[in-house]
Amino acid sequence: MSLTTGPGHPHQYPGRLIIVEGIDGSGKSTQLQLLQRWLISQGHTVFFTEWNSSKLVKETTKASKKNRTLTPLTFSLIHATDFADRLFYQIVPPLKAGMIVLADRYAYTAFARDVARGCDPAWTRKLYGFAIQPDLAFYFKVPVDVSLGRILSGRTSVKYYEAGMDLNISGDVIDSFTKFQTKVLTEYDRVVDEYHLTVVDATAEIDEQQELVRGVVTTMLTEYQPRGSNGQTQVLRRRDPLPSADVAEPQG
Amino acid sequence: MVETGWTRSTLMSNLIELAKEGNTLTRDTFGLLYATDLADRLENQIIPALRSGFIVLSDRYVYTAFARHLVRGGDRDWVRGVFGFALIPDAVFYLQTDVASLVPRVINSKGMDYWESGMDLHLGADLYDNFCAYQQRLLTEYEAMAKEFEFQMIETVGRGIEEIQEDLRHRIEPVVRRPRKIDPAGLDLKGIDAKVER
Repeated sequence: MSLTTGPGHPHQYPGRLIIVEGIDGSGKSTQLQLLQRWLISQGHTVFFTEWNSSKLVKETTKASKKNRTLTPLTFSLIHATDFADRLFYQIVPPLKAGMIVLADRYAYTAFARDVARGCDPAWTRKLYGFAIQPDLAFYFKVPVDVSLGRILSGRTSVKYYEAGMDLNISGDVIDSFTKFQTKVLTEYDRVVDEYHLTVVDATAEIDEQQELVRGVVTTMLTEYQPRGSNGQTQVLRRRDPLPSADVAEPQG
Repeated sequence: MVETGWTRSTLMSNLIELAKEGNTLTRDTFGLLYATDLADRLENQIIPALRSGFIVLSDRYVYTAFARHLVRGGDRDWVRGVFGFALIPDAVFYLQTDVASLVPRVINSKGMDYWESGMDLHLGADLYDNFCAYQQRLLTEYEAMAKEFEFQMIETVGRGIEEIQEDLRHRIEPVVRRPRKIDPAGLDLKGIDAKVER
């Protein structure tokens, strides 16, 4: 029995899957939030899911990240486990129900990050062989120094694994972050070519990016039959509530 | 000598216990949990022991994951690909049995549990029927893998513990006594963290 899902095999569900990718500080999450508000205002039913959020795996990942016991291999596998759980419980059901599913990060995050950590590219792609192909995948491209600036303006420090400190690239967190995320960017470029992601210049103004995103989404949705919003005024999601980011209201 | 056991990694054992209790595991998630557990044990226990010249005894290995995945209708190529990081054992000993022998053994020990009875597959009207059908399917998978991967077969049906142990020791001896040069460069480290090398 060969896999009939996975990149290269469009899904047959009535819903639509839109995903965003990019390094931390690329602004992809902001754009996704703006997109979801706009889609709801257009009368669609939207379900949101994000990377590393499955209840099953979250505590283990959190604890082992804190203890710094994850290696590139176990880091990759534990995130794949999280993804598999979410695909089954959070992504496929709303797609089958005809909803629009928005995913903050997807399998491509693994192809970029895990490979930058030294995992075999072919093995990593095979690992995610069960993943459904998204209907639309955006890649928010940003230089490392811009992403670092944005991260540090929102927090006091860069996180251990985010900086690739587990790879012993450098003793200095900022230097390590720069070198590691540069590698991740190189892998993302490969992913863009391989899987034809839509690239967005993430250094452009927020509303400019959003306009582009909405345009592409509108085109993709032309053959989509919405199942009615049922008066939906908030995004459907299944995860622990996070403090809401200060997001600019969509213009128009 | 070092012993390592299925789902006993420091990283994953709590999670796997909890997940099993919740009965919400899907086939693919189960496979990935096993893979994460094995990867953790491989990197933290097995490889360091092998490098130091220890003999490592592993209670279960990748073949358990393959069998459990396949009987659930999983994709063969996928699960084998996921475990691509695993070292090839020097020897695999398969303790052959049949369902008729398994039943009293399980009933007299910890009893049939949900997962061991393949209840997620709904193969029968109750725990017992499920158990028998599920274990038979597993046995069929194991027998097929035994041929493919050239397991060393040890018959357990109708034999006492001491007899089986004699047999096992007899078969293990040549493997253990085989001269070997400890050469880290010869180990297959594809996909494994380079940090282990340091």
